[in-house]
Amino acid sequence: MLRSVLAVLLISLAACHTAVLSPAGPVGEGERIVLLDSLTIMLAIVVPTVVAILAFAYWFRASNTRARYLPDWAFSGQLELIVWSIPALVVLFLGGIAWISAHLLDPAEPLKSKAEPLEVEVVSLDWKWLFIYPQQNVASVNRMVVPAGVPLDLKITSASVFNVFFVPQLGSEIYAMYGMTSRLNLQADRPGVYFGLSAHFSGDGFPGMVFEVHAVSPEQFTQWTAATHVTGPVLDDAAYRQLLKQSHDVSPYTYRSVQTGLFEEIVQQRLPPGEGPATAQSAPSSSVVPARRQH
Amino acid sequence: MFGKLSWQAIPFDQPIALAAGAFVGLGLTAVLIWVAVKGYIPYLWREWVTSVDHKRIGIMYCLLAAVMLLRGFSDALMMRSQQALAFHAAGYLPPEHYDQIFSAHGTIMIFFVAMPFVIGLMNFAVPLQLGARDVAFPTLNSVSFWLNAAGALLVNIALVVGEFARTGWLPYPPLSELTYSPGVGVDYYLWAIQISGIGTLMTGINMVTTILKIRAPGMSYTHMPIFCWTSLASSLLIVAAFPILTATLAMLLLDRYVGFHFFTNEAGGNAMMFMNLIWAWGHPEVYILVLPAFGIFSEVVSTFSGKPLFGRRSMIVATMAIFILSFTVWLHHFFTMGGGGDVNGFFGIASMVIAVPTGVKVYNWLFTMYGGRVRLCSAMLWAIGFMVTFVIGGMTGVLLASPAADFLLHNSLFLVAHFHNVIIGGVLFGAFAGYTFWFPKAFGFMLDERLGKAAFWCWLVGFYVAFMPLYLLGLEGMTRRMQHYDRPEWHPWLLVAGMGTLIILCGIALQIAQLWVSIRGRAQRRDLTGDPWDGRSLEWSTTSPPPTFNFAVLPSVTSDEPYWSIKQQARARRQLVTAEPEYVSIEIPRNSTTGFVTAFFAVVTGFSLIWHIWWLVILGLVGAYVTFVAFAWRDVDETEIPAAEVARIDRANRAARAEALREEPVR
Repeated sequence: MLRSVLAVLLISLAACHTAVLSPAGPVGEGERIVLLDSLTIMLAIVVPTVVAILAFAYWFRASNTRARYLPDWAFSGQLELIVWSIPALVVLFLGGIAWISAHLLDPAEPLKSKAEPLEVEVVSLDWKWLFIYPQQNVASVNRMVVPAGVPLDLKITSASVFNVFFVPQLGSEIYAMYGMTSRLNLQADRPGVYFGLSAHFSGDGFPGMVFEVHAVSPEQFTQWTAATHVTGPVLDDAAYRQLLKQSHDVSPYTYRSVQTGLFEEIVQQRLPPGEGPATAQSAPSSSVVPARRQH
Repeated sequence: MFGKLSWQAIPFDQPIALAAGAFVGLGLTAVLIWVAVKGYIPYLWREWVTSVDHKRIGIMYCLLAAVMLLRGFSDALMMRSQQALAFHAAGYLPPEHYDQIFSAHGTIMIFFVAMPFVIGLMNFAVPLQLGARDVAFPTLNSVSFWLNAAGALLVNIALVVGEFARTGWLPYPPLSELTYSPGVGVDYYLWAIQISGIGTLMTGINMVTTILKIRAPGMSYTHMPIFCWTSLASSLLIVAAFPILTATLAMLLLDRYVGFHFFTNEAGGNAMMFMNLIWAWGHPEVYILVLPAFGIFSEVVSTFSGKPLFGRRSMIVATMAIFILSFTVWLHHFFTMGGGGDVNGFFGIASMVIAVPTGVKVYNWLFTMYGGRVRLCSAMLWAIGFMVTFVIGGMTGVLLASPAADFLLHNSLFLVAHFHNVIIGGVLFGAFAGYTFWFPKAFGFMLDERLGKAAFWCWLVGFYVAFMPLYLLGLEGMTRRMQHYDRPEWHPWLLVAGMGTLIILCGIALQIAQLWVSIRGRAQRRDLTGDPWDGRSLEWSTTSPPPTFNFAVLPSVTSDEPYWSIKQQARARRQLVTAEPEYVSIEIPRNSTTGFVTAFFAVVTGFSLIWHIWWLVILGLVGAYVTFVAFAWRDVDETEIPAAEVARIDRANRAARAEALREEPVR
């Protein structure tokens, strides 16, 4: 037990292969660079400051007779100037990076690409994710299948409470809010399975609100849409109202077709919001048991 | 008759909650019985419960904070152990219980630990440092304290009767609206915070008035100790920000109780408005907590380095700059709402700008140590531990202030690690430093240094072991508030974090032991001179503990460090430099039951509002109102301490100081 724990610790330390620091797309990559650059710049003054704090406290300890005692020294104009300048200059520098990257990596900004972007409409429900493909007229729950190398144009809303759409390896979290559409542009550069989750607490079923992004080759994506078209239920008004009921740890499944304009109706509040808990009393304690999910 | 309240409100099906509640209840009952049997009730009632003395109230605030710290920390232990176990498993806490625990943990730690601890230290030390006899409104001060305690009591009642909020420490709508949280949990949260919030607002008004209006003769603003400056900034922030909190929560209450639609999904409600408003209070709140801690560190670093604070004016400017800037950054709490480059860029830079005055403060403490004779007592250890830890926390804060970086880390455990980094490393270490520093002044005997240092090291090491893994987990994409998870790479780090919490537990145990040992051996630890640390500001010029009236004669101030300058002259001559003054009688405010009785009715009102027991609501409100009317109609509000008594106390103080001067080695 302990040995395996240590092994994982060492590996993740050595490889720095954390989800956020090993992005699979241009957005995550850009944000990783901002993160690491800002960190490096700050470390350049933070490390000397920490060393100075420890060194001063040690050298000027009361028992050290070799240290000079300056009982009245409490002002130095030059030092004051430096003391104000160092953080000011660093913040000026970092502020520049922040301003530029906030614009370049604005989630609403379309990605530069030759490929036509794939539109996906994302709805957060209590407690699962619904992905609607308007161009393909299919939908999927808790699994988003996308072609690798193609920009994704995501429109995100919520059918009940706030959530945050987040795929750590693709980058850029964004709020899912009832009655509002958030725009997010992402891209997976290489095929793979990336985990996604809600990054905003949304109630008792929240930890079971995880999903997968399957980035596949464009050909496989076409095959997937074709296969999806012939199986599974239809997402119409009645099916959507079923989705509004609270459930969690839902295994991924698909809808073979989607009622036209469903997403717009949700955003325009022409459909009711999520129902909330089934009874007014608090849920019985055994209601939520995490199911093992497959990856 | 009893509204929504019935036997079903007691969570018989949740053994852990029930056992915890029973434990707390039994503990309280045991203490009350012990107090009654020993015959302490009249003493407690006379000297503490009804006291309007700022020192007593300050001590009670700190005691409340300490007790609630134990409650909040047990929540932390449960969260850490749940997450250590809940890999591919349900753990031992079901979601509806786990969600209450993290909500209660945050609520308690901010509103009922950090706030009362900081306010308690302000209450105790500010009037003494100003050379004042008390705060501006002593009875209001007592009301403030008891209202704060009333809020804390309501949060703890939620443990046994009904449930607490399951919505996090800030109840974001629409989740906190009636549709999604139909239980009484959110109502407990709202009324507890509303009641204690009124207390906090009145404390802010009280402190601002005290600092602006009641200072010793000659104490100009620039002569004020830095702790008074930071307390002033913090109190001004309270006055400016707490009404926003009260109004925001009042809107949510209107939504929940009378069907308004401020933040609902339906009928044009706008939940985003709640987030803006709550953080317009929430970000200044961070500085309400940390500014007084900065003040404590300024006092501690200067005292234990045997030097005046470096760059005093800079320090004051930096404090006031933080005070103003703290209102311009609230949006960085939700960059991920998709505000666009301009909005996010602006608030990102504004947030980073706060790092400038904060950085200046760190350098000023650093240069205060330069050329000093640094005595590494435990108060100073907290200060050094703070400086190192806070610099790291500040760095991760600036990182999160960059919108593009925040898009990866928002709401993740990286964020959780960051704010614990600054709140534990900043506010809590500051409170502990202040507690160690002023304890001898408050009680007349010293705390055990050996156990104090051991506690410091456990806290410091425990903090790093518990929270550094959380930074990594944030980079692993783990978000906060997960009751269970199935990512194998998260599990080992959560085990490590759990171990860190156990090290902190040792630190807390050592602090309790320190208090116990120090009280038992208080006869040998007496602080006879009233100046155990070779202090520099006025509180060290009076006895430990100070008399009710603080100063026999109001001190006359001519420098930044009034007590230090007079002590230096006395040291040079090896005798007291001031002649014995002419003593006159002193009028002090009378004890008042107003605070306690009002708080009693506040608890009744809050509890009955939560359970919709309307007749009791009316009874509680009428009771509180009658209490105020009775108070307003009082005929006598002061008692007089005769000149002879003042002379007796002050002569003893002067004799002890003269004695100390004769015995002191020549410098």
